[in-house]
Amino acid sequence: MNISVPAKDIKIELKNVHKRFGKKIVLHDLSLTIPKGKSLVVIGGSGSGKSVMLKSILGIIRPEKGSIKVDGKDVTKLSTSEREKTLRKFGMLFQNAALFDSLPVWENVAFGLIQGRNMKRKDAKEIALEKLGQVGLTTEIGDLYPAELSGGMQKRVGLARAIATDPEIIFFDEPTTGLDPIMADVINDLIVNSVQKLGATALSITHDMASARKIADYIAMIYKGEIIWAGTRDEVDNSGNEYVDQFIHGRADGPIKMDVLKP
Amino acid sequence: MNPLAIIGNVVITALGETGRLSLFTWRAVTHILRPPLYWRLIGQQMMRIGYFSLPVVALTAFFTGGVLALQIYYGSDQFNSESIVATIVALGITRELGPVLGGLMVAGRAAAAIAAELGTMRVTEQIDALSTLSTNPFKYLVVPRVIAAVITLPALVFIGDVIGIFGGFVVGTQTLDFNAGVYIKTTVDFLELDDITSGLIKSAIFGFIIAMMGCYQGFHSRGGAQGVGRATTNAVVSSSILILAANYVMTSLFFSS
Ligand SMILES: Nc1ncnc2c1ncn2[C@@H]1O[C@H](COP(=O)(O)OP(=O)(O)OP(=O)(O)O)[C@@H](O)[C@H]1O
Ligand SMILES: [Mg+2]
Repeated sequence: MNISVPAKDIKIELKNVHKRFGKKIVLHDLSLTIPKGKSLVVIGGSGSGKSVMLKSILGIIRPEKGSIKVDGKDVTKLSTSEREKTLRKFGMLFQNAALFDSLPVWENVAFGLIQGRNMKRKDAKEIALEKLGQVGLTTEIGDLYPAELSGGMQKRVGLARAIATDPEIIFFDEPTTGLDPIMADVINDLIVNSVQKLGATALSITHDMASARKIADYIAMIYKGEIIWAGTRDEVDNSGNEYVDQFIHGRADGPIKMDVLKP
Repeated sequence: MNPLAIIGNVVITALGETGRLSLFTWRAVTHILRPPLYWRLIGQQMMRIGYFSLPVVALTAFFTGGVLALQIYYGSDQFNSESIVATIVALGITRELGPVLGGLMVAGRAAAAIAAELGTMRVTEQIDALSTLSTNPFKYLVVPRVIAAVITLPALVFIGDVIGIFGGFVVGTQTLDFNAGVYIKTTVDFLELDDITSGLIKSAIFGFIIAMMGCYQGFHSRGGAQGVGRATTNAVVSSSILILAANYVMTSLFFSS
């Protein structure tokens, strides 16, 4: 089961990717196609390998087997300098934000502009404050340090940092987790906007089905390190796949068993 | 468990670690030689590693010079000890004690601080985040620390040399009633430029060791707070031992002929 688009419209293509940590197999023969200029949402249970999949595409984690192509180039085979060049296309929101705690908020957001694009600090700060505004954070917050922010605020700073350089490809690892429903919707709009206005390719991970329905062009479901279903947003309700049905309706009973002790 | 298996495991672990450390050092060196360099960060690290270590190094040097003067005085026949004390204090401080004790003090401060900072950045994915922001973690984190340490350690040790000799002078003239003029004249007459430069070359190497071990342990820390704690301890212990070993090797090279 995969998303079928003409080869020229493919931005990222994972084929038969395997990754294990010690004895634990995390990605098992994972294949996924991400179409250019579209928003793909990956859903799946906790611990199913979603974050590991993102990090594998970014080269932070090296899979043992399989190919990962970005614009036709296999990133698992690139040299360090070529990999750096490819990484310039990406923006990434980490699940735990991963902000630089030694830098003030605005410099976190401006980091890719100053270090990566050699922009003047003053100009970069202006853009950073504008991006902070887009995620609902005021100018005063720009001078605070990450440790002084709430969890949801850190997440939004991470989001502003991910989009600050207007990257071609943006990864969002659980963008709305920890946000209130209203702010979550603001962030949803921002993601939709990034894809539609800037033409970016977005890959988001979420457990939040409301958010998924809003931001997705395509949805894929990962289960035990494998993509078990993929299709357009509208197809997800009639997927005919029991795993997908159980997940999107959030039912405890179904083919997916949670290893929990019943009281 | 089979004792041979234990020995085998230890050897394999040690070889693996040596290999990883060599590779890490090699990568650091190649990045130092390849522009661009982050001057702003180098300056910041020079302040942290060098400037803020100044009080510790100065106090250590002062008391070491003083205690050296006392022991040489008690150990010698106390007749004509004036010139002996002055000479040995000057040579001992500049050749060995200045660089080694300075290096060990900075290892305790800076290697620990570097390992803790980079270790925390590693476990909170900040190092991964750097690479997604078009910034090479080696260039941004390792290179400035190594350059700063290699530059500031000799400067620190030079200041320590002066203060150490001054410590011996204070004890000599105040406690042991030496003649100040004779003490200074003997020191100047016997001290040669080579004594000072050999100590400064040593301390540059010690600076390299300190920064490398701090960065290496920080980069390779795993887990959470406990992993960072372990990295910090390892950084201090390994850099201290390497400093003492490197010092022995360099002394036998410099002073053999
Ligand atoms: N660095 C690592 N070392 C060892 N195991 C790891 C590592 N990173 C992830 N894992 C394991 O891989 C599995 C998948 O982790 P991953 O973070 O991808 O889950 P996830 O799908 O993102 O879950 P969540 O929705 O809870 O974030 C987990 O069982 C985890 O224990
Ligand atoms: Mg995750």
